[in-house]
Order: sequence, then C-alpha cells, then structure tokens
Amino acid sequence: MIKKRLIPCLDVRDGRTVKGIQFEGLRDAGDPIALAARYAQEGADELVFLDITATNQRRQPLTDLVREVARVLDIPFTVGGGISSIADVEALLLSGADKVSINSAALARPAFIRELAQRFGSQCIVVAVDARLVEGEWQVMTRAGTQPTGREAVAWCREAADLGAGELLLTSMSHDGTKAGFALDLTRAVSDAVPVPVIASGGAGQPADFTAVFEAGGADAALAASIFHFNETALPTLKQYLYDAGIPVRL
Amino acid sequence: MQIAVVDYKGGNVQSVLFALERLGASATLTADPETLRKADKVLFPGEGEAASAMQSLRASGLDRVLPTLTQPFLGICLGMQLLGEHSEENDTPLLGLLPFRVRRFVPDAAHKVPHMGWNNLQALQGPLFAGLTEADHVYFVHSYYAPVGAYTTAQAAHPAPFSAAVQHGNFHGVQFHTEKSGAAGTRILANFLNL
Repeated sequence: MIKKRLIPCLDVRDGRTVKGIQFEGLRDAGDPIALAARYAQEGADELVFLDITATNQRRQPLTDLVREVARVLDIPFTVGGGISSIADVEALLLSGADKVSINSAALARPAFIRELAQRFGSQCIVVAVDARLVEGEWQVMTRAGTQPTGREAVAWCREAADLGAGELLLTSMSHDGTKAGFALDLTRAVSDAVPVPVIASGGAGQPADFTAVFEAGGADAALAASIFHFNETALPTLKQYLYDAGIPVRL
Repeated sequence: MQIAVVDYKGGNVQSVLFALERLGASATLTADPETLRKADKVLFPGEGEAASAMQSLRASGLDRVLPTLTQPFLGICLGMQLLGEHSEENDTPLLGLLPFRVRRFVPDAAHKVPHMGWNNLQALQGPLFAGLTEADHVYFVHSYYAPVGAYTTAQAAHPAPFSAAVQHGNFHGVQFHTEKSGAAGTRILANFLNL
C-alpha cells in the first residue's frame, strides 16, 4: 500500500533557508544542505526546495546548491522557483533534482506544462498552485503570490493535470504560516477533481492537522516548513502519531 | 571494480551516480559498447517515456548491445520496463529480454496515477533483497507497470500486485528508485554491487 508522504519544504533565499507568514516577514531557518540531511535522517519522505526570490528577481535557481543537496540526499527532492524554460528544467534535472515545480510560467503559458511532460515525463513535473480565499472563492495567484490571475483554483488544477502535470503542490496562501490547520475543503475539492497525487501545503501547526488533511482533505502528501525548521514537531514524533492514528505512513 | 552506467540521454543519471559515490563506488557514464562489455556491473537507469527511450537506444545501437551483455545488469524504473517485450505506452516494442508486457495503471478514487511515493515490498526473492523484509519501503514513481510472472522477484500493490523487481539470468530490474529509497534502497544497490 502506498503511504502518505510528509514533505519538509525549504524556502531558500541567497543560499539560506527562510520562512515567513503568508509569504512575508521572513525568518532565517538555517543552512539548507544541513537541514536536508537532517530531515532525510529523521524520516522525511521527500523534500521540496523553493527558491523564493527567483520569480520576482528573474534569477535562476542555484544549480550548484541542487548538486550539493543531491550528493548527500538518498530521498527524492523537488526544486522550484523561477523555472520558465525547458533549459531551466534540464539544468536542474542534470544537477540531480528528481522533480521540478513550476508555477508562474505555467500560468503565463499553460502549454509549457505539456511541453515539459512530453520532454521529461509527467513523473518529474510538479505544478505548484498558490490559492487565496477571496469572498468565498479560491483564486489562483501568480508571481510568488503577489498577483491575482482571475483563475479559480480547482479548475486550474484540473487543467494542469490534463496538460500533463504528474503532481500538484497546492498551497493555501490564506493558511500559509498561520499554523491554524490546512485548507481542508480546497484540498478535498482538488483531490477529488484530479487523477494525480496532491500535496497539501499551508497551515500545518499541530499533528492533528496532518490527520485531518490526509483523511478529510484526501491529500496524498502534506508539506510543511515552520513546524519542522523550528523544532516544534519532530518528524519521527509526527510519523508515530499518524501511524497510531491509523494513517498509512512509512516508519 | 568497474561499474558502467548506460548513457542514453534518458534517465535521472546524476542521482544514480551520486548513490554509487555514497557507496564508495566509482562509475563511468558511457554509451561505448566496449566499455560496457568490459565492466563488472552495468546499471541502466531510466525515466520518461518508453518510445523515445527505445528510439534513443536504437539511434546509438545500444538496443543490440545491451541484450548481449553477460555481467550483472540492473535496469531501474523505465530501465526495468524496457527489458520486457512491449509497452502500452505509445504501443512500443521493447528489448525483449523478459517475457512481460508493460501496462498502464487505471486510477480510482483511492489510487492515484502516477503511483508516486513509498510502498512496501512483498514476496521478496533472491540476492538483491538480502537483509530486507516486507516492512521495508522503497520509492516509486511510475504510471506503467509489469504484471507479476515467473520472472518477478519482488511485488508491490497499487491496488493489485505488480512486479516491483524482475530477474532473468544476469538481467535484473527494479521498478522503484534504489538511488532514492533511503537505507533500504542503498542496501539493494549494495547487494547488486556484491553479486
């Protein structure tokens, strides 16, 4: 039986791990390579690295960092941030990334998803979707969550999967960094709408939030940052909690 | 020990090279038939789509070289599937070393496709799985699978059982990513190097 995955996310800026609240007010959270190695040791199922300054400053993710991470890491990892061309993806995969996460470039030109899936295979193409609840509707945001797109989240997720995304990384900006729990209704709606795995992100605070997002939310994986970086909930403790609660996890 | 990793522009080669490096083994990435024939072990990683991978093998003549190799050979992920006879993925004829036909998973509410993530291994057989148990998990990412047959040396389920590993003579294949499967994957890779 396939297990539910726990995925620490490392937001990286200028070679350091940082974390904010609702995408702002960043705090330093350490050296990404040391954190990656620690999480792998503690039982992380995958890791995600997001170069969070890349989109707004049009800077390419650091392939050197990717290479150093790949050298030490024996679990899969995804790299995202500012990816806008086939050449960007090729450079990251050649450096040792297992998957790439695209966001703004896919919104600007959805056919980009299909081109990447045809060239590299759907298995390594993650489409990241940042959604914000505005007057009862989940709206898709772009450019690191700074601009509305006019798209509705569930419809965009379905379109991305149809175009060849192998996985969706669904972030509720309204929940990000608040530690008030995941967006269960949004996660459930997307999970029911697409045949590909869904990673829920934004709002993890308590172990029970994870039980809820796997059961009520129907998520295949859950991503979190703060609770892991700042040692609020250790991964082994969380996994044991989920296992005891009847959630299938890899111990 | 000389380890060759088949270079056919089709796989997540870097991860496999790093995994070998972590085991203290140095490997040569090559498409040269002589280097492949002389190696003590050959690894054949693969990702992506079956038809373009076969096209790439034919373009370099490797489709005729690989089946003649006699040393321990390990196909990984798509590299395992290519050892079969045929894939449903774009109706593609494969290398024909093992008698299986690759099929696509059908998604349902509880079983997403791709089959992506950690799954436990069952019905383990043979030296590749020495030291492992059915409690061990390995990492899978694939939408197509080889059914269970006489050649199957490990199974996983999604939801029906499929071949997680296969073997015929010196040709071994694993559907999962040994190089990305934590301590369990490292053990399997080390077992292969010790064959």
